[in-house]
Amino acid sequence: MTLRAAVVRFPGSNCDEDALRACARVGMDACYVWHRDTGLGGADVVILPGGFSYGDYLRAGAIARFSPIMRAVQRHAAAGGPTLGVCNGFQILCEAHLLPGALARNERLTFVSKPVDVLVERTDTIFTSAYQPGQRIRIPVAHGEGRFTADAETLRMLEAEGRVVLRYVPSGSETGLPNPNGSAGDIAGVSNAAGNVLGIMPHPERAADPILGTADGAAFFESLAAWSPGVKAGR
Amino acid sequence: MTYRVHVRVMPRAGLLDPQGKAVEHALSALGFQGADAVRIGRAIELSVAAESQDEAEARARQMCDKLLANPVTEDYLLEVEEA
Repeated sequence: MTLRAAVVRFPGSNCDEDALRACARVGMDACYVWHRDTGLGGADVVILPGGFSYGDYLRAGAIARFSPIMRAVQRHAAAGGPTLGVCNGFQILCEAHLLPGALARNERLTFVSKPVDVLVERTDTIFTSAYQPGQRIRIPVAHGEGRFTADAETLRMLEAEGRVVLRYVPSGSETGLPNPNGSAGDIAGVSNAAGNVLGIMPHPERAADPILGTADGAAFFESLAAWSPGVKAGR
Repeated sequence: MTYRVHVRVMPRAGLLDPQGKAVEHALSALGFQGADAVRIGRAIELSVAAESQDEAEARARQMCDKLLANPVTEDYLLEVEEA
């Protein structure tokens, strides 16, 4: 069965076309939905792309959270539907309380746009099943507010429940391109408790085709394409 | 009645505030010694229609909890006065 993927477009979204192409490349039937839409067009998978929705006014993701489409995204997520937020999409998912924590201003204040090395900590998720456990991949980040922050209790819970799906190589590592933003626990991506909602700061869709120089991110989309809606999305 | 609401949103105590730190360094570089613990937040002002000052404050508090501040990273202070 061909999965249908909806890429949500907000005013100020970017990488939406990259996300659409990354989905289409692995055989998904991918379409855009507009932030004013109230339905997801029967999508099995929802992707909130990167960018600067609503100009990042107030806080990144704070206004997008109240877009009409977000009610449909909330329902989709609550029903166990796979929901992936990339960069600004991650910020929106946190603001919408679909994921815990928040993305604060980068430690060194600068906007970082460069490749980083991340470890795929969990491969028993619908988003990462096509990776090898502990696999180290190089994919780009591009954000000013990517420093994952949560209270100590939440951070402990995320670690204990194995919800840190993606982790930067720690700062000060001998090798590799490390944590670019001072994120707590070097967290680059977390899931909700059920495992069907994932937020990540790096952009796999920008590295999903060998023609781009690296296809390290492609397995996110291969994982999603391999998911069967009959199977519960959580792990 | 219309009330004027002043909201002060500040990064939570204990949370790294890189903007505050950068400004602190700039102050020190300018020769302002002894200026430290700089924190940078944002001020929001709005008018709220309400029957009473208490009601205006309660509504403003809901606005803060729902949108104006992010409880994970920010605290807020409210001041309400008759417009």
